[in-house]
Amino acid sequence: MTIKVLGPGCAKCKQLEKNVQVAVKELNQDITVEKVTDFQEIAQYGVMSTPALVVNEEVKVTGKVLKPDEIKQLLV
Amino acid sequence: MDIFSWLNDQLLKMEWLSNLIHLLVEDIFHISVDEKLGGSIHFFIYDTIKIFILMSVLIFIISFIQSYFPPERTKRLLGGIKGIKGHILGALLGTITPFCSCSSIPIFIGFTTAGLPLGVTFSFLISSPMVDLASFLLLTSFFGVKIAAVYVIVGLILAVIGGMIIDKLKLEHHIESFVMNSGSTEDDIDRLTYNERIGYAIDEVKAIFKKVWYAILIGVGIGALIHNWIPQSVIETVIGEDNPLAVLIATVIGIPIYADIFGTLPIAEALFGKGVQVGTILAFMMSVTALSLPSLIMLSKVIKPKLLTLFIAIITIGIIIIGYTFNALDFLF
Repeated sequence: MTIKVLGPGCAKCKQLEKNVQVAVKELNQDITVEKVTDFQEIAQYGVMSTPALVVNEEVKVTGKVLKPDEIKQLLV
Repeated sequence: MDIFSWLNDQLLKMEWLSNLIHLLVEDIFHISVDEKLGGSIHFFIYDTIKIFILMSVLIFIISFIQSYFPPERTKRLLGGIKGIKGHILGALLGTITPFCSCSSIPIFIGFTTAGLPLGVTFSFLISSPMVDLASFLLLTSFFGVKIAAVYVIVGLILAVIGGMIIDKLKLEHHIESFVMNSGSTEDDIDRLTYNERIGYAIDEVKAIFKKVWYAILIGVGIGALIHNWIPQSVIETVIGEDNPLAVLIATVIGIPIYADIFGTLPIAEALFGKGVQVGTILAFMMSVTALSLPSLIMLSKVIKPKLLTLFIAIITIGIIIIGYTFNALDFLF
């Protein structure tokens, strides 16, 4: 499973990335976390409010910093 | 007593806080606020606390309202509307958008791929950092409702006219090509509950606080310097009434500065206290908030140099015109 954090690098994007790392660690499964900061790539997903979460190439959440527990629910 | 002026004095201007800090400086520090040192200490503590309180409350309220208008929804609202109505709506929706400047580029791309006219997108982009409910209430607190209303109205007019000019010039091909080939999502992904909106608003207050607290301290520090240490004559020579270049200088100084309305206000307040004209102050505040190096660098990734230059030129000239017009109408304030 691949999870991508989309965001150009504002404070909220970093927070979301941290939360994702926590969630992934707690789930202890084979999940790759990628950070996407390039506008061009972010735009390709059609995302307008960052940060956003993409799970297996599908945009799940935009413009919101999810807590680790909420991220876990997206992943299971 | 007039209930509204009481509310304004106590809630927005926070006269109670000013009196409290007055007591603190005079009775505990034993420095007279009429002296330079006491005066600047009073200015610094009072302004810092006042701005932090106003900022937290305002960002909370605005983020809550904002959670009903995610950019995806704004995009849809703007969709079917053509002509000047589109520009006006774009400028108005720009007043209720997220504060984080890093979201303006994805919004730009989203609007463009949705087929919104370039000029409408620019009306939105110009008004978004410059005018919002927070700036209106803050300006009311510092300068009174008249100047606040004027700031908001001319800011919106600048956004509408700037967008219309960009529309007329047909510059669609000056957008980087990848923008046109981007994807598009709908706004049904996440419907928020009431509690989530409250949570979002609280998070927003925290995030913005973390981001701007030092800028506010710097702004208040500069304000305190201007207020008590820089001689009146210096200010008058550089941006005073008798210098015909005052507005021009204030605008140019403001362009590269990266600050939002919260950090800019204490400086504007101190300049106002030194007798600098309203138009010059409006020009300074607008150029600080509407144009900044970081946002221009980000914009340069999605639009080509010619359009970027035009964007800067339109805003700069617009701000200068606004500045001189209001200085000429100074007697009204």
